[in-house]
Amino acid sequence: MSVQLAGGSSRRVRLTYREAVRAGLRHALSADDRVFLMGEDVGSYGGAFAVSLGLLDEFGPERIRNTPLSESAFVGAGIGAALGGMRPIVEVMTINFSLLALDQIVNNAATLRYMSGGQLEVPLVVRMATGGGRQLAAQHAHSLEVWYAHVPGIKALAPATVEDARGMLLAALDDPDPVFIFEHATLYPLEGEVDEEPRPVDICRASVRREGGDVTLVTYGGSLAACLAAADDLADEGIEAEVVDLRTLRPLDMDTVLVSLGKTHHAAIVDEGWKTGSLAGEVSAQIMERGFDLLDWPVQRVCSAEVPIPYAKHLEDAALPSRERVAATVREMLV
Amino acid sequence: MYSAAKIHGFLHLYIGEEAVAVGVLQALTPDDAIVATYREHGQALARGVPAASLMAEMFGKANGSSRGRGGSMHIFDLARRFYGGYAIVGGGLPVAVGLALADRLSGREGRLTACFFGDGAVAEGEFHESLNLAALWELPVLFLCENNLYAMGTPIRQELAQPDISLRAESYGIPAEPVDGMDVIAVEEAARRAAIQVRRTGAPLFLELRTYRFRAHSMADPDLYRTKDEIGDWRQRDPIALLEARLREAKLIADDDVSALESDVAAELDHAVGVAEAGPFEPVEDLTKDVYGRSAQ
Repeated sequence: MSVQLAGGSSRRVRLTYREAVRAGLRHALSADDRVFLMGEDVGSYGGAFAVSLGLLDEFGPERIRNTPLSESAFVGAGIGAALGGMRPIVEVMTINFSLLALDQIVNNAATLRYMSGGQLEVPLVVRMATGGGRQLAAQHAHSLEVWYAHVPGIKALAPATVEDARGMLLAALDDPDPVFIFEHATLYPLEGEVDEEPRPVDICRASVRREGGDVTLVTYGGSLAACLAAADDLADEGIEAEVVDLRTLRPLDMDTVLVSLGKTHHAAIVDEGWKTGSLAGEVSAQIMERGFDLLDWPVQRVCSAEVPIPYAKHLEDAALPSRERVAATVREMLV
Repeated sequence: MYSAAKIHGFLHLYIGEEAVAVGVLQALTPDDAIVATYREHGQALARGVPAASLMAEMFGKANGSSRGRGGSMHIFDLARRFYGGYAIVGGGLPVAVGLALADRLSGREGRLTACFFGDGAVAEGEFHESLNLAALWELPVLFLCENNLYAMGTPIRQELAQPDISLRAESYGIPAEPVDGMDVIAVEEAARRAAIQVRRTGAPLFLELRTYRFRAHSMADPDLYRTKDEIGDWRQRDPIALLEARLREAKLIADDDVSALESDVAAELDHAVGVAEAGPFEPVEDLTKDVYGRSAQ
């Protein structure tokens, strides 16, 4: 199908989330010689999640660069290459593995601009898969985005849609600072329709994915689907939930959350991280600081159970935020 | 200045190791990049970062090399391609590999990245990851291990199962050479040879510069782990005194030259302290400036 848009024509195409990231990579690699991709098995293997499949043939091994299993060295090399004028995109296989690079991320990438009195610039993009739901147990399934969102000097993005999967990558490459993109591993097969022509998207604002006047569900990344599904269930019972996708975890766009809260006076935050010390806790605290008077009910949080994510499916399902848990939480708020 | 409470925090003196920075930096060009440690003011001075800008940084002043944001451990000077100032042991090595990668990918042939680190870094995973990556991708990194025999207070034999550091580099296929780090002429000669080879091959090379710090690890260190005799023995090989004796013997300098040099240095230091004293502190209103390049709430 095709549609005419103001300012030029653009065909609409249907892509998976995986294809959208790949389209973003291809666009960036074609448009800018300074861009290159490096990470474990991004070359002939095509990336652990098949995101970079085919790019090696198109762009060659200098720009689709396989790395050894040395997260600290290749993330640090990304920092150095960014200092040297390149626009590196580093793929870290999963967020659990990224902990091996925390020194480079927290001590170097996040600090160099500030610590050098503004002389240095680290325009680095780091992508990684995050989250559970695939029976991979506790060393492949955690959601540690909040650890990165905690750190001043870096930006943290969580694309939940096909359009954001592609557009956030391009926006991140336009950014002068280190940007971390957390791709929820269950989203790669997700399909959606986007303009054929890749463009950067705004990475400053949250987005209202569903409008409703009774309760605000604040979420991001892999939990958006559970929230939208729960909102459908609640609608059948006459409860209209508004779903706010935070999109950017640092810096947080609380204005959008508070505008929604001004309408619904009820907020539940759905976050696949553990509740203790979670991003949901941060959003909740900011609601208290800036929107306490708007609340008719205490802010609720739907998070992962405080356990290392288990392997067995029934246990993993019980540990992660689900459509049912979100809906049940809302029902209790609106009794 | 530290005792007078003008300089605060940690301060890691370079006294005893001067031949390493001076010798190596003689062999580099302005196009080369430098990555160093928290004991980097020697390298910064040898690179030509003005003493006044360093002193002002240590005073925490806005006219310091990092506007007072970094202090003694985080000297940066982009115009001189001096990329810092890394206080996590081993943390600068991956960055150096990346700077060399950028040169390679941009087709800037003939440049190298000089990466200084201490013997303590050799025990870190980042050392091994970085040497492997630089060797695997054949990147123009000159690895410079400043071996002063102690990782803070732990002697190298209590830290490294294989204390022959050059062997470790060679295990990654990187040619390595131990050098007398108290002899500035030997350091310069070795660094020139190494730099020529790195520029010609584009591949990494490793120098182990055997040196000694005469002062404690930092101003916070009571130096209880070494004997006065050991320090005294090493002081017999003070790199500055050694050079002076050599130059006198060759009749290249005389008493007048030495006293002229000493008064030049004293004047430069006085000037540096004056500039640092006179410099302004950055206004507190600018506390959050430069966390990001583009405003992010």
